[in-house]
Amino acid sequence: MNRVEISSVTKYYGNNLVLDEVSLAVREHEVVCLIGASGSGKSTLLRCVNKLVPFDHGDISIDGVSIFSEQFNNNELHKRVGIVFQAYNLFPHINVLNNITLAPRKVHGVSREESEERAIKLLELFGMQGYEKSYPEQLSGGQQQRVAIVRALATQPDVLMLDEVTAALDPELIGGVLKIIRDLKTQGMTMLIVTHEMGFARDVADRVCFLEGGRILEEAPPNKLFSAPENPRTRQFLQRIIEAGRL
Amino acid sequence: MSSDARVPAPPARRTPTLKERAVPALISIVSVTVFFGTIAFLVTSAEQWPRIRFQFFNPDAIMAAFPNVLRGFGINMMVWAIALVAIAIWALVLAVFRSLTGPILAPLKVFSIVYIDLLRGIPSLLLVLLFGFGVPALQIPGLPRSSLFWGSVAMVLGYSAYAAEVYRSGMEAVHDGQRAAAKALGLSQWQTLYYAIIPQAVRNVLPALLNLAVALQKDVALLSVIGVRDAVREAQIYTARTFNYSSLIAAAILFLVATIPMARITDYVARKDQERRLQRTV
Repeated sequence: MNRVEISSVTKYYGNNLVLDEVSLAVREHEVVCLIGASGSGKSTLLRCVNKLVPFDHGDISIDGVSIFSEQFNNNELHKRVGIVFQAYNLFPHINVLNNITLAPRKVHGVSREESEERAIKLLELFGMQGYEKSYPEQLSGGQQQRVAIVRALATQPDVLMLDEVTAALDPELIGGVLKIIRDLKTQGMTMLIVTHEMGFARDVADRVCFLEGGRILEEAPPNKLFSAPENPRTRQFLQRIIEAGRL
Repeated sequence: MSSDARVPAPPARRTPTLKERAVPALISIVSVTVFFGTIAFLVTSAEQWPRIRFQFFNPDAIMAAFPNVLRGFGINMMVWAIALVAIAIWALVLAVFRSLTGPILAPLKVFSIVYIDLLRGIPSLLLVLLFGFGVPALQIPGLPRSSLFWGSVAMVLGYSAYAAEVYRSGMEAVHDGQRAAAKALGLSQWQTLYYAIIPQAVRNVLPALLNLAVALQKDVALLSVIGVRDAVREAQIYTARTFNYSSLIAAAILFLVATIPMARITDYVARKDQERRLQRTV
C-alpha cells in the first residue's frame, strides 16, 4: 500500500489551472523530489496533501484512507503529515522549546514534561542543544530551519513534506540543513520534497518528478531523469539549470 | 565626514575639549532664554496682563479650588483606569469577531462591523449625553442609575470601536505564513488566534494603543457634562461661585501632570518597537 497516494488532483486559483489531474504515489520510506520552474504547482501540491489549500477534483489518501474521511479529522491528518516551509514560519513571540511543543501539547494532548523531553532529544539530534530558551530571531536562518524541521517532527509524522527549505538560506548554511534531510532518509522517513537543489535531489531522491504547468511531465529515478531525460521539456529545464551553474 | 576618509584603520575618536562641548550648550541656553524671556516680557508688560493674571493665574484662587479639583481629578483617573481595562478586553473581542471566517460565525463578524461603523461615527460627547442622561432616565429596575457609571460605559463603548480597528490592523500585519504554520500543526481557528496571531498583533500595535490611552486620559473630562463631579466640574463650580477662572487652570495643571509622563512612556515604547522591527530585518 502507498503511504501517500495523490489521484487526479485538479486545482484552480480563480480561472487559473494550477494542478491538472496530478497523480503521484509515494511508498513507505520513499523520498520523492518535485522539481520544476516557479509556478509549476510543486508547492501547491504539497499544500493540498495536508489541506492547507482546498482542491477542486481528485482525492488524496494516506495509507489508503482518504484525507476527507471521518477517520482523518484535522488533528489526525496534521499529526501524520508534517510540513516545513521555505520561510521557516516559526512563531517569533515564543521560544524554541515552546515552538516545538505547542502542537503536541495543545493539539495532541501530550503532557508538557513528555513533549519537552522529546523536543530536547530531537534538538540534540539536530545539533541544536542549548537553544531551547532562545527566540527564533536570535538564531541564524539555518538554525531556524532546523528548529522548524524539529517542530514538524515533534508529532512523529509518517510523512514529512519539505517546501524549498533551503531557498531562503545563505549558501554556507544550506549544507547543514541538507545533511539533516539525508539523515532522516537514512532513518527511513517518507518524504515529499520540493527543491531547487538539483545536486541534492539527485543524491537523496528515490524518484524525481518534473512538473510544468500543473502536470507531472516526467517521473523517473534521479540517475535516469538527470542524465537521460525523455521529455524535451525536462531536457530544456535541466539545460537551463546547468547553464545557471546549479547542477 | 566622508566614508572613504575612514577606509584606513578608523582613527580613535578624539574626545572634544571642554570648550568644544560648552560653547554649543551655552549658545542654546542663551538663545532659549532670550527667546522665551522676550515673550514673557512682552506678555507681562501688556496693559491687560494684571487682569489676565488675576482671572487665570491667581494663586489664592488656585489654592482655594485645589482640594475639590484634586478630588474630582481622582474620579477622572479612576474612570480612566477602569475604562482602559474594559476597552482593552472588549476591543480585542470585537477585533477577533471581525477576523472570523466561516458561515456559522458570520453574525458575529457582521455585528462587529456594524458596531465599529456606528460607534466610530458618533461624537464621544453625544454618546456620553445619550448614556449618561438617557439610560438613567429610563428607570429600568435592576440597572444602575448613576450617571458616572453610564458615562463611563459610553466612553468604553466609543473608544472600543477605535481600539478594535487598531487591533485588527495588528492582526492583519501578522504574516500569512504564521497562519499556514499554525494550521499545518493542527491548531484550530481559535487556537491559532490565541497562541499565534493575537500575541504578535498586540506587540505590533502597543504604541498605537498607548496613544489611544493618552487621548482617553483627557476625554474622561467629558463626563463633567452629565453632572459627574470630576476635576472639570469641580473647577466650574468654583468659577460659577467666584467668577474666577484660576480653578480651571488648576484642573489643566493636574491633567498635564498626568498626560505628559504618559506621552513620554508612549514615545519610549514606540521607539523600542521600532528598534525591534529594525533588528528583525537585519
